[in-house]
Amino acid sequence: MGSRSLTSRVRPDLSSAVLVLFAAVLCVLVALPVGWLVVFAFSDRSGGLTLANFRLLFTDPAFLEPLLTTLILAVSASAICCLLAAPMGWLVARTDMPLRRTVRFLVMASFVTPPFLGAIAWELLAAPNSGLLNQLHRASTGADSVLFDVYTLAGLVFVVSCYTFPYVFVLVANALDRIPPDLEDASAMLGGSALWTARRVTIPLALPALAAGALVAFLQAMTLFGAPGILALPAGFHTMTTKIWSLFQYPPKPELAAAASLPLLVVTVVLLRVQSAVLGRRGYEVVGAKSGQARPVKLGPLRWPALALCLAILSLPIFLPYAALVNAAFSRIPSQPLTPERFTLDHVRFVFLELSATRLALKNTLVLGLLAATAGTVLALVISYVTARAAIRGHRVLAFLATAPIAIPAIALGVGLFLAYTRGPVVLYGTLWILLLAYVTIEMPAAYQQLQASFRALSPEMEEASRILGASRLRTLRDVTAPLLGPSLIATWCFVFVAVVRELSAAAILFTSETKVLSVLIFDLNESGDLAAIAVLGLTMLILTSAVIAAANLLPGLRGGQVRVRNA
Amino acid sequence: MRIARLGRRRVLGSLTAFCLALAMPLGAARAAPAPSKVTPELIDAAKKEGKVVWYTAVDLPVAERIGKAFEAKYPGIDLRVERSGGERIFQRVGQEYASNIHAVDVLHSSDAAHFIVWKREGILAPYVPEDVALHYPADQKDPDGLFASWRVWLSVIGYNTRIVKPEEAPKSFADLLDPKWSGKIVKAHPGYSGTIMTATFQISRDLGWEFFEKLARQKVMQVQSSADPPKKLALGERAVMADGNEYNLIQLKEKGEPVEIVYPSEGTPLIIGPSGVLKDAPHPNAARLLQSFLFSVEAQQLMVDFGGLRSFHERVKDPPGRKPLREVKLMKDDPAAVERQADELKARYSKYFKV
Repeated sequence: MGSRSLTSRVRPDLSSAVLVLFAAVLCVLVALPVGWLVVFAFSDRSGGLTLANFRLLFTDPAFLEPLLTTLILAVSASAICCLLAAPMGWLVARTDMPLRRTVRFLVMASFVTPPFLGAIAWELLAAPNSGLLNQLHRASTGADSVLFDVYTLAGLVFVVSCYTFPYVFVLVANALDRIPPDLEDASAMLGGSALWTARRVTIPLALPALAAGALVAFLQAMTLFGAPGILALPAGFHTMTTKIWSLFQYPPKPELAAAASLPLLVVTVVLLRVQSAVLGRRGYEVVGAKSGQARPVKLGPLRWPALALCLAILSLPIFLPYAALVNAAFSRIPSQPLTPERFTLDHVRFVFLELSATRLALKNTLVLGLLAATAGTVLALVISYVTARAAIRGHRVLAFLATAPIAIPAIALGVGLFLAYTRGPVVLYGTLWILLLAYVTIEMPAAYQQLQASFRALSPEMEEASRILGASRLRTLRDVTAPLLGPSLIATWCFVFVAVVRELSAAAILFTSETKVLSVLIFDLNESGDLAAIAVLGLTMLILTSAVIAAANLLPGLRGGQVRVRNA
Repeated sequence: MRIARLGRRRVLGSLTAFCLALAMPLGAARAAPAPSKVTPELIDAAKKEGKVVWYTAVDLPVAERIGKAFEAKYPGIDLRVERSGGERIFQRVGQEYASNIHAVDVLHSSDAAHFIVWKREGILAPYVPEDVALHYPADQKDPDGLFASWRVWLSVIGYNTRIVKPEEAPKSFADLLDPKWSGKIVKAHPGYSGTIMTATFQISRDLGWEFFEKLARQKVMQVQSSADPPKKLALGERAVMADGNEYNLIQLKEKGEPVEIVYPSEGTPLIIGPSGVLKDAPHPNAARLLQSFLFSVEAQQLMVDFGGLRSFHERVKDPPGRKPLREVKLMKDDPAAVERQADELKARYSKYFKV
């Protein structure tokens, strides 16, 4: 293919047409669902213009309470994430703590765990009576009390924080990685104490990343559906996302669901604007980061306690939940600790031999993961090429469209897509296409930002050489640029794949019986209390995604963690 | 239109009134189709389709066990179970049919009221399996042959015997309001479960909504499926369940788990779950074959033995140790009333229980 002669020189350059097409695709992806969302939010049953949905939204306690709950949840989860992630990020990036790489890897492992699966695992651990930790607490103290009740707002905040803190961690650790030690050295040489240096140099340099992390955590916690769906409903309260979802139960109220989705969207847009305004003014970007080896802070005797702290924190999102899932998968009754007498393979047999939904859900998840990862990566590659190389006029519009979905909570996007594609002219509801659209849209900003960053690091000379020799832009992109970007492309592909496998919020609105995916199947099983089957399926899901990540990490030249991420 | 609908509602007043309906003009106008045998032609045609999709509200392990029995009997036909709560199935079918998606072959809901709606909407196909014609009581089949009562069970009170002594266990719904049960009760949701929808109607009709208003103050753990409260009892997560499937408790009890059934003194909600074939079934022959299988002695006996359910099939025997239905004081079922009040029931419930 690459050795085709240069006769293509005489063919017209189709690049502009293709690029316009990509812009149109992005427009359809983003504008259509959001448009329908707005139209429905301002419509009554018969389609007339009305503000009644919003009046109800802001006066009825059935909506005000979830709104307040969501606010409390998002603020507290964001604060907890920062409190945990900032010191951990610093320990991993700037000190001589042992096993730093392992800790980084484990944080990424907690990112692979979908929050809804984490929530179910924490049900197994901390349900007030049957939870393994509470049983242990009672057995060891003889007390008749509850150590920790996961079916509370505090429990929900805790679980959401467990699976949101990786976002903050990655941002903070990466920022600290990039801070050149010269600046700290300069401060030290000028007589600054370690504390002074930290206060005047390191912390201010890391602060924008922490602020960005706090924001991401806030938005994650606000728009998460799975964990509240699993923990809030048994406790008798709603968050905005579970409320939106419940509006789809019979009798469905799509207008109200649309209206209830809009505040989430508005809050996200406003916060993102504030962030770019604040960070835009603070010029702390460190240019030319390659200014020498980072000299880690010597922790001395505190090295091992620091590691112990990190591992203790990591036990909450990873070690304990995974142990609980394994226990439930192989124990006769999920709430009983595994012993040789209680060991059973019945649940594994049930899931793989009896449960007729397993095969379809696995197939749908795999097909969607592969398609969405491929389509998303190609789309992001072309768009980031155009914007990085300013290839066509109006490329800024493309950049905007590609990052816009970050402002659309997955559940709101699900509602928008449902409204857009359940009626003519194009009915996609009931097909895998609607889920594919949702996934590509949701993951586009992360994929785009990742590849955009890689493009910036890539000098354009090779591409120019290719163009001078007569290759079209598209051919150059395929034969020159793409191979150079190889590792980033694969990383992006994997990232989208993993994110698709763990997505629940949009899928919970958009699935039909024929298009059920693994995450929805697990959520279904939770509603009928089939915890053992969930444990088996959840572990299968983790193995699947871990295998993909492991394959990615085997590829040379990959740097994990350079990602902006969206939640399940 | 309104009058016609009202008229039909009255005629179909309840499942138990179906036999009466036969004598009325509406029933007389349309006779049920002749009973259908399982013929080799039907089996061949079904095998050519190779697949059948069953939306069902029965608890997942029971559904899959019956599904495997069907696949073993008719090799070459893949049966896919789509299990959810009755109310979810109703929503799913409505949402899918509104978008012209016809994925389901055979429908079973735990809320008999749904079949009144589906019949009215004309989405069911007339089909009477031979077993239904010969061995089912007349009041358990639709006069037009669109559906019949596939299973019967109860929504009961239950408790964990390791946590609660028998003499301290609640004997009635009224007992559940005792402050000593605060924070110790688990119950399922009428917005998800057809069983609980039906039970909520019967309890609110017989005891008044004050019962639920007070129960909501008992800090109940709110789960979704009526199959879940028994599982939460077995886990030891809650001491008492206010509602949920008798058949799950029977299964657990027979496996030696520490759970006990209470038939409340005010009466026990009676739940009847019909089954029907869809007119637009994507696998019409396999659908009919499955419907025939579901009502066969074989499937009914399996459902009773393995699932702890009860059957209307006259040849099905209850295993020893099960409490006969006639010994239980029952609340009266009334699907037509549930159908009329469905939205109000859900709204009122959410008002008290917040979710």
